[in-house]
Amino acid sequence: MKRLAAHCLLVFPKIIHKQFGKRYSWSSINIPSSATFRSCIWKMENQHDDNCCLFTPSIITLTVSAVLIAITRILYILCQSGKPLRPSKSPKPLSTLIVLGSGGHTAEMINVLNVLLQKDRFCPRFYVAAATDNMSLQKAHLLEENVFNLNGGKGGSTQFLQIYRSREVGQSYITSIGTTFLALVHALWLMIRIRPQVVLCNGPGTCVPLCVISFLFKMVGVRWSSVFYVESIARVRKLSLSGLLLYKLRIADQFFVQWPQLQKKYPRAHYVGCLMESKGGEECCFCEAVIA
Amino acid sequence: MGDSGDSVKQEKKVVFVTVGTTLFDALVRTMDTKEVKQELLRKGYTDLVIQMGRGSYTPTKCDGEDGSLAVDYFTFSPSIADHLRSASLIISHAGSGSIFETLQLGKPLIVVVNEDLMDNHQSELAEELAERKHLYCAHPQTLHQTISDMNVESLLPYPSGDATPVAKLMNTFLGFPDD
Repeated sequence: MKRLAAHCLLVFPKIIHKQFGKRYSWSSINIPSSATFRSCIWKMENQHDDNCCLFTPSIITLTVSAVLIAITRILYILCQSGKPLRPSKSPKPLSTLIVLGSGGHTAEMINVLNVLLQKDRFCPRFYVAAATDNMSLQKAHLLEENVFNLNGGKGGSTQFLQIYRSREVGQSYITSIGTTFLALVHALWLMIRIRPQVVLCNGPGTCVPLCVISFLFKMVGVRWSSVFYVESIARVRKLSLSGLLLYKLRIADQFFVQWPQLQKKYPRAHYVGCLMESKGGEECCFCEAVIA
Repeated sequence: MGDSGDSVKQEKKVVFVTVGTTLFDALVRTMDTKEVKQELLRKGYTDLVIQMGRGSYTPTKCDGEDGSLAVDYFTFSPSIADHLRSASLIISHAGSGSIFETLQLGKPLIVVVNEDLMDNHQSELAEELAERKHLYCAHPQTLHQTISDMNVESLLPYPSGDATPVAKLMNTFLGFPDD
């Protein structure tokens, strides 16, 4: 992480230097740190106060350079995301955020977790489900009990959290502006607390703000994370809206689809076949949708 | 293929219709038509149970003593899985949950696509699975035709899925050693 932050700051001075040329001296350019950066900005601002006519063009150059920095950083992240997190084979566990969709989405996710959690690699685990969805977290509790028993009573720390949905089915568009804002603030608050290294999601919309925030964290250098998105089996020819967003914006580091047609259409996706195992215990995952 | 209507009815053969949590009156109404009921009888089915969800159309109940199809219905039930298990044929809406649960039980399935839905991505799934001969796909108007044309024996069992490939790719990506 420090390496990334340093990289980001190495980019700053280069661009600033290009922009301002000889007007400002960078005494300590070889040791980039946020302190030097801040002091330079401060120096510039002080000069603006003395020289009013310089103020407007400097604001423009500052904005332009800020935009350039942001673009460089985004490009860098887009280059890096989709590449393996750690080249060295390291057994160190990673903190993981698991976004549970609802009904069928949750069932598919639990299926993946059944395989993924056989080894103690994803720890601690944070389960997030929509506040209106009371079945998903119960399913996660059951799964965790199984994992706990399988590991012989040894289990990492797990947390079960609820998140507001930006829009409920059938909610009017005007009120959904307010609820979307609330949902975003809540998601941001959760993400600041968790700062996961791995994000697992498979739709629907609940996962999008969380994935976007994890991308912002990468940009700012708060936390580098790997986002995995598994498209639902119900999507055969077209991606879901959430899937499409995360694919097109390259927010998902790895994108999985369950039908070969989709992989042809979206070449960066990985085709993994059907996930759902027909096990006796699992078959009722879909049922509770029908329980009134 | 199908037995004639006057064959001896000792064994119950139940057709279970499910619409999940959706509103799909068109399907319930179609199930209530003479054509469909006669077709089901011709195929040797004896009972029709309809889970009608949020729909407002109530089909006519029938005890089936006069040799006709026995009809029963309910709105919601916590024991949908039991109904699925005890049925010989399932007619379902295009919800992925209902589809996969039925396929995993290895039951013959006809999926009826709800044309009133705006975002009808789920018909994609039904059509794809129908192409692969795991189920039959129909529309409310064509349901009786599908029932008369179908051959339950020719349906292929749906293979169980496997989450290992995904897990493996994720582990490799994150730099965990291979197993």
